[in-house]
Amino acid sequence: MYAQLVKTDADRVKSIDEMDPQERTFQQRIDDNQKIEPKDWMPEGYRKTLVRQIGQHAHSEIVGQLPEGNWITRAPTLERKAILLAKVQDEAGHGLYLYCAAETLGISRDKMMDQLHAGKSKYSSIFNYPTLTWADIGAVGWLVDGAAIMNQVQLQRCSYGPYSRAMVRICKEESFHQRQGYDIMMKLCQGTPEQKEMAQDALNRWWWPSLMMFGPPDADSVHSAQSMAWKIKQATNDDLRQRFVDQTVPQAEYLGLKVPDPDVKWNEEKGGYDYGEVDWDEFYEVLKGNGPCNAERMHDRVKAWEDGAWVREGLVAHADKMAARAAATPVAAE
Amino acid sequence: MSKEWPLWEVFIRGQHGLSHRHVGSLHAPDAAMAVHHARDVYTRRNEGVSIWVVEAKHITASAPGEKGPLFEPSNSKVYRHPTFYDIPEEVGHM
Repeated sequence: MYAQLVKTDADRVKSIDEMDPQERTFQQRIDDNQKIEPKDWMPEGYRKTLVRQIGQHAHSEIVGQLPEGNWITRAPTLERKAILLAKVQDEAGHGLYLYCAAETLGISRDKMMDQLHAGKSKYSSIFNYPTLTWADIGAVGWLVDGAAIMNQVQLQRCSYGPYSRAMVRICKEESFHQRQGYDIMMKLCQGTPEQKEMAQDALNRWWWPSLMMFGPPDADSVHSAQSMAWKIKQATNDDLRQRFVDQTVPQAEYLGLKVPDPDVKWNEEKGGYDYGEVDWDEFYEVLKGNGPCNAERMHDRVKAWEDGAWVREGLVAHADKMAARAAATPVAAE
Repeated sequence: MSKEWPLWEVFIRGQHGLSHRHVGSLHAPDAAMAVHHARDVYTRRNEGVSIWVVEAKHITASAPGEKGPLFEPSNSKVYRHPTFYDIPEEVGHM
């Protein structure tokens, strides 16, 4: 999940009787599966939660370009390079759709950027792990995009119209990402023993961080309960994680790879796989900024923003000059 | 602190001669750059053959509160739909 720990400002979910009339009407619209649109009245908590969630989601798309960008110049063939470029370009586009969705809630994109660069706004923990070999590009597409899709499919039904519409668009484009990742893994697994070993090594390193993408267990999380009540999200972290495991384990088996968890076992009774305990200490450490690549990612992000400043400013100067000229010679064009 | 690029709404005409349709928004310093960005952001997969951009501040929208007065009057005018009229089968397709 690209937004893993979204606070809602709620200490518990209000019952319908405790709400004031405006809030009650709002909740009834949500319960009737009506979409909430930018100009509609909404509780401040709903607005803030969405700004946080969509912001984290957008930042994740943008920061997510960095681990993959690492391999563009070293992709094994020209075709793989073109594919990876297209994928990274898609991530930029997804970030832009999401920033625009967040902006409908009254925050500006530049402000969100500032929050990211100041370390005040989070992005997914997954992008703080390094892409050490080409197989990591396969594993990222297969597992990380696979987990993202699992999350984003249910977000298409989110109660907030602009977010839901951005998700529809993103989901359409995202399935190419997962398939190209699995395609890389297949190629490696059908290759030399060393190549297959490389694929196994990538799976070993990306498996647990991918499970962490769905966020901590939410049985006791009030934020998760509030987000569900508002239909900002439609499935719990644990449900999505379970679905991801059920989908991915057979895909690993097809590749002839082994998921790095001795506890993974089919459970006939629940109709899904049992799996081991995720190391949540590691998750919280990475979120706090202590993952293997947090500092590097922020450094690269800030550098890209600062290095691009002259282009942004130059374009504004040109636009201002042209506007001034047009204003000075209103009739000349006739 | 540099000036923030204004927001533009983007409309794309698809392949099959349909009207331009709103697809989303983006930031750009001027109209020409907005078209350029719209090409990159919204037509990466042959989504369209024509792009319109309009600065978001120039769009006037109806208020959610006016929904009733604006749209309810047409609810009762069922005779505006072809299905309101029963045409005998013998007459054939109409």
